Amino acid sequence: MDMQLVFDWAWLPRLSDGLIVTMQLTGACLAGGAALGLLLSLARVYTRGPVYWLASAYVQFFRGTPLLVQLMIIHFGLPTVGIRFEPFISGVVAMGLNTAAYQAEYFRGAIQSVRSGQTLAARSLGMSPLQTVRYIVLPQALRLVIPPWSNELVYMLKYSSIVYMIGVSDLMGVGRTISARSFRFLELFIVVAMMYLAVVLILTFALRWLERRVHVPGLTTTGRRG
Amino acid sequence: MTAEIWSQVWQFTPTLLWAMLINVQLLLALIALGLVTGVVVALIEVYSPRPLAALALAYEWFFRGVPELVLLFLFYFGLTQMGMDISPFFAAVLALGFRSSGYQSQIFRGAIQSVPPGQLMAAHSLGMGTMKTIRYVILPQALRLSIPPWSNEFSAVFKDTTLAYGIGVVEIVRQARYISVRNFPLTLPVFILVAFMFLVLTYLGNWGLGRLEQRLHVPGLETHAKRGEAREL
Amino acid sequence: MNSDSADHLLRVEDVHKRYGREEVLRGVSFTMERADTKVIIGASGTGKSTLLRCINKLTDPDQGRVWLENQEITGRRAPVNRIRSQMGFVFQDFNLFTHLPALDNVRIGPQRVKGIRRREATTLAQEALATVGLKEKAQSYPAQLSGGQQQRVAIARALAMSPKLMLFDEPTSALDPELIGEVLEVMVKLAKEGMTMLVVSHEMGFARTVADEIIFMEGGVILEQAPPESMFRNPQHKRTGEFLRKISDLYGESE
Repeated sequence: MDMQLVFDWAWLPRLSDGLIVTMQLTGACLAGGAALGLLLSLARVYTRGPVYWLASAYVQFFRGTPLLVQLMIIHFGLPTVGIRFEPFISGVVAMGLNTAAYQAEYFRGAIQSVRSGQTLAARSLGMSPLQTVRYIVLPQALRLVIPPWSNELVYMLKYSSIVYMIGVSDLMGVGRTISARSFRFLELFIVVAMMYLAVVLILTFALRWLERRVHVPGLTTTGRRG
Repeated sequence: MTAEIWSQVWQFTPTLLWAMLINVQLLLALIALGLVTGVVVALIEVYSPRPLAALALAYEWFFRGVPELVLLFLFYFGLTQMGMDISPFFAAVLALGFRSSGYQSQIFRGAIQSVPPGQLMAAHSLGMGTMKTIRYVILPQALRLSIPPWSNEFSAVFKDTTLAYGIGVVEIVRQARYISVRNFPLTLPVFILVAFMFLVLTYLGNWGLGRLEQRLHVPGLETHAKRGEAREL
Repeated sequence: MNSDSADHLLRVEDVHKRYGREEVLRGVSFTMERADTKVIIGASGTGKSTLLRCINKLTDPDQGRVWLENQEITGRRAPVNRIRSQMGFVFQDFNLFTHLPALDNVRIGPQRVKGIRRREATTLAQEALATVGLKEKAQSYPAQLSGGQQQRVAIARALAMSPKLMLFDEPTSALDPELIGEVLEVMVKLAKEGMTMLVVSHEMGFARTVADEIIFMEGGVILEQAPPESMFRNPQHKRTGEFLRKISDLYGESE
């Protein structure tokens, strides 16, 4: 192993291009996943019948099967029925659909941990169910969801590396390309690993800061106050 | 998708099941490696002097912070580059196993710390040394408390065995790719079948672990344990 | 100094212990003979529990020495675990092993520490449970027992090791009042059968009926040490009298 190569910054510009793609991918899928996940969680908490069952089946399917299989279905499977995406878009769609299922569960847990007295009090003021959700439940639930959500962010950042398999030049993909030519697998992937670790570290601190920023005294996940 | 296509897919089911057996073998090997390493790392984190404990925490942090694929590449191509003759399957066991140990150690650490300190004192008062206390008092409780979060880890790493595709292990996704490349119209149904196999096996695995939890249940021991909804705890 | 240690069952010599800036024990010495029962009393925070823990080294004394017969537990290379296995310890909050039924809680010491065969260890454990009157609860888990029953199992656990000395650290203070009696009853029985016992307790009734001697601790030292009747009738120190009056008002005297 040639440690010189690790600290030689020659690879950095190209790897940084890859890192930007990785972050775009992660950001896009998380945003889409949050929107869809929130809808799914509301369906799972506040509806009954077909809507509830559909949302539950969705969550079951996407949590119960590997992300890679989902990516294969979307990128290679859907073209057989005439639906084609660019590799990057396939990545966003697969990861977005996947993370939506997980985020739905975080949202659901957070919504259900908002104490029922809060809803009662809102209704007693004359709020409609929608207003209750909008002004009382969600502001509390969204704060509670930050810790598991931070976890999910780190997961998606790491999982986004699978898109190199369908030809996206993300951080992993660029690393793969350079290493295949230079045969410096070890040094190169140590650099790649450190770049992922650095982003994970920055994001973790940023989200902790956010959590403290929006913290409200007495609002805790454990619901110890019953 | 017509009935004809599905009957064609049906022919490939045995091939796919054989490939799934690779995933299952990979799962068993890596989860065992992760279990043993995870318990050791957790014990070091809780009981060893500070520098060693810090090292164990750094280990945990590294294996939890780096993508699986990067680890797979590091272990397979990295070790090969260093002159070691290592099969993709074995590299996958090491990479995914050590990664899993980073998660499992966190599970066990939490469980170990939830054994009340008074019981450790009671064990010492009977004349048990550290090893006996760990063996007869801490681990029997900690391992039981770990089962629910461990089930989460179990189904997560089962799905992640597919990532061994990246270093050329002929597991189920790669086998499905081989089939679909030669039979383009079958691509969608083949991968749906693969997804379905995962659903069934994950369900069976969780059911089995639920049974295990019931069998090992001890009244009064469940109080400290929390069930997680997260991907892994 | 070492020569006469063997004459006493327990010999505690000039034990000191400090936590941070606070010196909890400031030189405690006393001895116990076989079949003695001594009760340590004193206000909370005067180092009674710390003293008890220093005796079997669950807490490390900063200074001072402790012998069980002729074995010094405070020695640098002392076989601490072997000496501990000859001293039973009963905790205020029982500390039964959550994952083991009563019988296994009692059996684990003889089997795993002393290396006694499972079948014999089982017999020992059953006998110990019978002594505390809980033979029929052998298969119950701690969570399925009342506090008083848990403490009796804990006593059986210590007893099954055939200890030369039993240390009780406020064994009844975590119990509901109606459950205290059953635990004290077991302790009285043990004392009458000749067990050597050192008990930290506020149960004056127990102290008066069973103790050969009461040790009154204050500010990390032994202030006074005397047979119960003489201490109650004629305390040598003003503080002793005050404490005894206060404690009698609080707990009453169940005689």
